Amino acid sequence: MKALQLRTLTKRPSVPSASPIRKMLRVWQLYVLIALPLLYIVVFKYIPMYGAQIAFKDFIVTKGVWGSDWAGLKHFDRFIHSYEFGKIMRNTLVLNFYNLLAGFPFPLMLALSLNYVRIRWFKKTVQMVTYAPHFISTVVMVGMMFELLNPRNGLVNNILQAFGLDAINFMGNPDLFQSIYVWSGVWQSAGFNCIIFLAALSSIDPSLHEAAVVDGASQRQRVWHIDLPGILPVAIILLILNMGSMLDVGYEKVLLMQNPLNTRTSEVIDTYVYKVGLVSQAMNYSYSAAIGLFKSVIGFILILTVNQIARKANQTSLW
Amino acid sequence: MDYTSIKPSFGDRMFTIINYSLLSLFFLMVLYPLIFILSASISDPSAVVAGKVWLWPVKPNLMGYEAVFKHKLIGSGFLNSLYYTVLGTIINVIMTLLAAYPLARKDFYGKNVIMLLFVFTTMFSGGLIPGYLIVKDLNMLNTVWAMVLPGALSVWNVIITRTYFQTSIPPEMLEAAQIDGCNDFKFVWKIVIPLSGPIIAVITLFYAVGHWNQFFSALIFLDKQHMYPLQIILRDILIQNDVSAIMLSDIQDAARREALRVLLKYSLIVVSTVPLMLVYPFVQKHFVKGVMIGSLKG
Repeated sequence: MKALQLRTLTKRPSVPSASPIRKMLRVWQLYVLIALPLLYIVVFKYIPMYGAQIAFKDFIVTKGVWGSDWAGLKHFDRFIHSYEFGKIMRNTLVLNFYNLLAGFPFPLMLALSLNYVRIRWFKKTVQMVTYAPHFISTVVMVGMMFELLNPRNGLVNNILQAFGLDAINFMGNPDLFQSIYVWSGVWQSAGFNCIIFLAALSSIDPSLHEAAVVDGASQRQRVWHIDLPGILPVAIILLILNMGSMLDVGYEKVLLMQNPLNTRTSEVIDTYVYKVGLVSQAMNYSYSAAIGLFKSVIGFILILTVNQIARKANQTSLW
Repeated sequence: MDYTSIKPSFGDRMFTIINYSLLSLFFLMVLYPLIFILSASISDPSAVVAGKVWLWPVKPNLMGYEAVFKHKLIGSGFLNSLYYTVLGTIINVIMTLLAAYPLARKDFYGKNVIMLLFVFTTMFSGGLIPGYLIVKDLNMLNTVWAMVLPGALSVWNVIITRTYFQTSIPPEMLEAAQIDGCNDFKFVWKIVIPLSGPIIAVITLFYAVGHWNQFFSALIFLDKQHMYPLQIILRDILIQNDVSAIMLSDIQDAARREALRVLLKYSLIVVSTVPLMLVYPFVQKHFVKGVMIGSLKG
């Protein structure tokens, strides 16, 4: 009995150095569980990444991804030198930066503001109503915009006319497209996006506020010196994530809001990829894939850069 | 945020007043369009077109709703959406739980590699065309599978679920179960899932809303009208202004027909959004919980 105990005791330290295969076999059931999700990731995420090589080929459906002939950087070259290139890049960048600059501070301010509301029913009602538009689908949201901004009988123009102003054809004016896109986004999602900041605010140690009150800090000072630094890490992580997905934010909405009158400012990379690859009569998979890949690579570089900067400046980063 | 009974200073009172005013302003700006749409949808069509509706309905009636329910495609779109949402959400939730549990286990050898494989897909993608080609190669175009399989798993939800497992299922429980001879399959089925009510509610909600509002995958993967989900029908009517003449043909007067067309849109916006809005107050606290779990750095 004693010898057995001794043996198990001396055997213990050897466990961490078991061979990888032994370690895998020990948890084989976990591999069975994750097999299906892993298969999904490979089939629907990694095979398309492999398939993205058609960007460097002249893809012919009958020959398949592997059998088509290489074309080098032809398609990238064509895109960069096309007369659409400057316009599309500018639209994509402007729309996304505008969206980030306008869309990011609002949820934060809303959260700070709600945090100082002491009347419970007021806070609950504001939250309830401001979260609600988040559930409106993109299609319905754009449909609502079309109705409310309608130049003949839309609500907004009725209001303008009631004040004696001229009606504006909002959806037909390319100069207004970006503002309409961005501010309707703020209207729809500021409430919902503030939840995460509210959660971060509630995790700030209350004793900080107590100490500040004892020392005579005003509410404004408490917002500035306690609340803001407290939610900064969360804000930075969100900012990094937003930057990473920056180039593909909401192209569904752009596509739906597009009309022949506003394409000058509304054509972005994603809508162009969709049109070139899947809508136009002469479907050009390779060219379209090249533009898509171009965007993916820029997006990836962007997220790495922002992460690096955030890590240097603030010791907060995704990884 | 009230920590003392000290009389608030002048500055603090100003702060409170400004705070409440700004919040009220934002609140009204969000609320007003919603109320207007609801009112417009039950008003008299000519009053809507003439801009006589401001806040409350004018001569309330249900003509717009009648027109919506007479429209054949809206009914079939509604049923299709329901089908895709239910099937898709079931697949989503099962897949997410299957992926999240092993990744939450400390002794899962290879965990970091697999996690990296998952997370990388959120930062880099092959793009629209290769994604479309794989669905095409699998012969899933114009089938229900094209609607539910390409988005069968959201890595973000896997991370949320994994964090939940890590924080709320203590490792001692696994040890105890293992000593009693329980294997991993049984542990997931008998212990993990019954303990995961809140997180299952949250991800079900996230996925279901996503499916219900899904529009783009139907646009690229389906071209049979009888398979269209509600969002595609909505786009045709609301955005492309494609209200078939047949349904309004019993009205001779052109102006009146135009007015009814506008009314139909308002009613349609209400009808298509109300199902989600009705569920929403009941699940609001779960939503908040889900976002909070996700905000824990896992």
